Amino acid sequence: MFRDPHAARPQLFQELRTPTMFAVETIDLTKDYRVGFFRKRRKRALDGLNLQVEAGEVFGLLGPNGAGKTTTLKILLGLIFPTLGTARILGKDLGDVSVRARIGYLPENPYFYVHLTAQEFLNYVAELFGLTKDERKRRVGQLLERVGLETSRDVPLGKFSKGMVQRVGIAQALINDPQLIFLDEPMSGLDPLGRREVRDLILELRKQGKTVFFSTHILPDAETLCNRVAILNHGRLQGCGDLRDILQLGVASTEIVLEHPAPELLAELESKCDSVVATGDRVRLVVSKEADVAWVVKHILHAEVKLVSLNPVKTSLEDFFLTKVGTDQAPQAEHGAAPGKPGGGR
Amino acid sequence: MKAGVLAVSGKRRVHLVCWALLVAGFVGIVPLQQRIDEELRSAGMFADVLYFPSGPWLRRASLGHEGLLADIYWTRVVQYFGRQRLERATQFELLGPLLRITTELDPHLVIAYRFGAIFLAERPPRGAGRPEEALQLLRRGIVANPDYWRLWQDLGFIYYWDLKDYESAARVFQAGSERPGAMVWMKVLAATVSAEGGAIQNSRLLWSEIYRQAENDQIRQRAREQLAALKAQEDLQNLDRLLAEFQERQGRRATSFQELVAAKLLRGMPVDPSGTPYRVGADGRAKLSSKSRIDLRLFQ
Amino acid sequence: MRRVGSIALHTFKESVRDKVLYNLIVFALLLIGAAILFGSISVGVERIILVNLGLSSIALFGLLMAIFIGIGLVWKEIERRTIFVMLSKPVRRAEFIVGKFLGLFLTLTVNTAIMTVGFYAALFYQQRNLGTDDLLALQAIYFILLQLGLVVAVALFFSCISTPILSAVFTLCLFVIGNFLSDIRWFGQETGSAAMETLTAVIYYLLPNFGDFNVITRVAHGLPVPSYLLIGNTLYAVLYVTIVLSAAILIFEEREFR
Repeated sequence: MFRDPHAARPQLFQELRTPTMFAVETIDLTKDYRVGFFRKRRKRALDGLNLQVEAGEVFGLLGPNGAGKTTTLKILLGLIFPTLGTARILGKDLGDVSVRARIGYLPENPYFYVHLTAQEFLNYVAELFGLTKDERKRRVGQLLERVGLETSRDVPLGKFSKGMVQRVGIAQALINDPQLIFLDEPMSGLDPLGRREVRDLILELRKQGKTVFFSTHILPDAETLCNRVAILNHGRLQGCGDLRDILQLGVASTEIVLEHPAPELLAELESKCDSVVATGDRVRLVVSKEADVAWVVKHILHAEVKLVSLNPVKTSLEDFFLTKVGTDQAPQAEHGAAPGKPGGGR
Repeated sequence: MKAGVLAVSGKRRVHLVCWALLVAGFVGIVPLQQRIDEELRSAGMFADVLYFPSGPWLRRASLGHEGLLADIYWTRVVQYFGRQRLERATQFELLGPLLRITTELDPHLVIAYRFGAIFLAERPPRGAGRPEEALQLLRRGIVANPDYWRLWQDLGFIYYWDLKDYESAARVFQAGSERPGAMVWMKVLAATVSAEGGAIQNSRLLWSEIYRQAENDQIRQRAREQLAALKAQEDLQNLDRLLAEFQERQGRRATSFQELVAAKLLRGMPVDPSGTPYRVGADGRAKLSSKSRIDLRLFQ
Repeated sequence: MRRVGSIALHTFKESVRDKVLYNLIVFALLLIGAAILFGSISVGVERIILVNLGLSSIALFGLLMAIFIGIGLVWKEIERRTIFVMLSKPVRRAEFIVGKFLGLFLTLTVNTAIMTVGFYAALFYQQRNLGTDDLLALQAIYFILLQLGLVVAVALFFSCISTPILSAVFTLCLFVIGNFLSDIRWFGQETGSAAMETLTAVIYYLLPNFGDFNVITRVAHGLPVPSYLLIGNTLYAVLYVTIVLSAAILIFEEREFR
């Protein structure tokens, strides 16, 4: 049944001689795209990616747009083929169609048949998995309820909002009760409530012992959900590890917002602050050293200026991004919906 | 390279199956097509001759390119007719519709009327044996091209040759001779046909006109054969006369033309237009040699 | 092959919900109806005109439908990225192509059936009864359907490698050339050049030969279609569709969906 994937290549992964079956394992995964119309040039989208995702993990693939996250997922799903290297999913080689019965996939910005209703579409997908009629009915009903679409089951998908389409996408990814779920930017296009629901869903899947492999460029999502993350930039793995390990690398900073501060006060505080940004009546201060916070607050209170807010910001993952990635491209740490991404994060 | 081996074994199997099917498909299709072609030919069916069966419909569908289409159809007529002849097929059922479509597409394509009528009128296996359809075709041609006197010549020819209706033929030749530009012999022909009916010289005049104007090898060949047969028929009549004279002089039948040469009735051994010597039959009359390529059945 | 069936059925559902299709059917039925009028203003050939025009309409509108729905098929799935979801399910790419083809062919069969009913209704209206002679038209319609199968396979093939507009142009070109194949062959033989003869023979066997499927005129004149042609054309269509779909799968398997 199970063949040791490393037997054939002893030079690789000496430390992984034990025949543990990973949920996802990539070995030197490399992808070149040909770009240009007349003179084809090669552009490396993914460069020798080695990853191991264990069963039962929630694994986050992080990186700015164009880092190679979607490319990785598409190779794993067999939509594109690696230029070099290979990968295994649930112990099976790429190109093994049978393994897809045990996985789910939500593409980035999904789009489905406009002429089908949510129920018809899910039923069609369930048919492809060979579910019986009763199973289909039960499963489709269950999932529609779970993603909160039971009242829109007979509405054609063409009339769905972006958030609703995303929910249908999640439902279709779960139709076969998969062991391993790939989600490409699952939070994009969702309102805050929807994002929380998706977070709850992923946590619930983790509780059920499923493996979730998802990509995101939004750090707080990864922070709340992932056991481990891998950070990609320009197709290269920048770091991979336990979230807590990476978190300890960072130092928390504090954000203080004041209203109508006197210029003298700001001049006094400036030496202790990383940045001072004025917007209208308000001024935002960022203090990075924890020891300085008390000093700054004391001065503010003494000057009898209105203190609007004081927040400790856990930007540890963002710091990681900045130190590892920042020189090339600033990470997007926005909390709102993902903006349109030309090029689709290849 | 490294990626290939492990990753695509499933894909490779699909490839193999597809290539096998692809090759097997063509291996099957070539003999099948040959078989279909063979069957179509032997049945005298030329299945795809008519793309669309109605001229007016096609004319509109051609969006102004009906002249080109007419040319294509005319080519098909010649090709169809040629093939059927070559295969010694006796069915020419599509000839009429093809000609109709051709001339509906381009009513001024006179060649289609002229030679189409000959194809149509001639008896099988040389033609479709439908002189009535030929007459109709020519009449339509005359309506569309009233000043083209050659169509009258052809119309008269069908009456004269295929229907042996000399009265109508003479009338048509007369009418044709009154069209502008008509040759003088049309008038002469009208008179002689009316007086003598199917005399050999009339036939020869008509066929040599056809031969002269033929723009198509099939027609030219056909006219050449016909002229040769006419010549042979004339020769045979003359030889019969000489044989009769010989019998009168010698009081016995000649058994060969050598005897006639010896009796100074002939200057040399007579040969038919294909170069084969004539012979004397058992009934004492002049005959074509069995080796002769002349076909007298053309007159039947 | 339950998955192929699911895809086929879904493709059928998708295409019958397309409004273009209904417009085409309505046009075809109008034209068949008009054939009654054409026939009634001429003498002696009412039936021939109706059969000719009716069957030609079925062939023509069938062709339009086959091209219309055939070309957009795979392209649309790629363009709208629905293919990502499809191929991430336990569906082989080959199954996807075969399913799509079967679904489309089913659509065309149903549409042809509707037009056939319209045609016979017109024939019944004209003659006040239907005889066994009229069944001959079914042979011509069967050939039309086989032809549509070939067209849709070709359209599907082009749809795997090209945009809809180009696919439509390619498919239409191939249809026209396919109707003139025997002329091309004949032309090659007439030139007397061995190279030309070989070239035209290769083209003759390589491209789909649509010419042998045209029997409308025969049928209109009440001549039956010989059985060898029924068998031969059926075999030909099956073989050629197999070839085209195999080629489509070979291309599709290599395709990357970025």
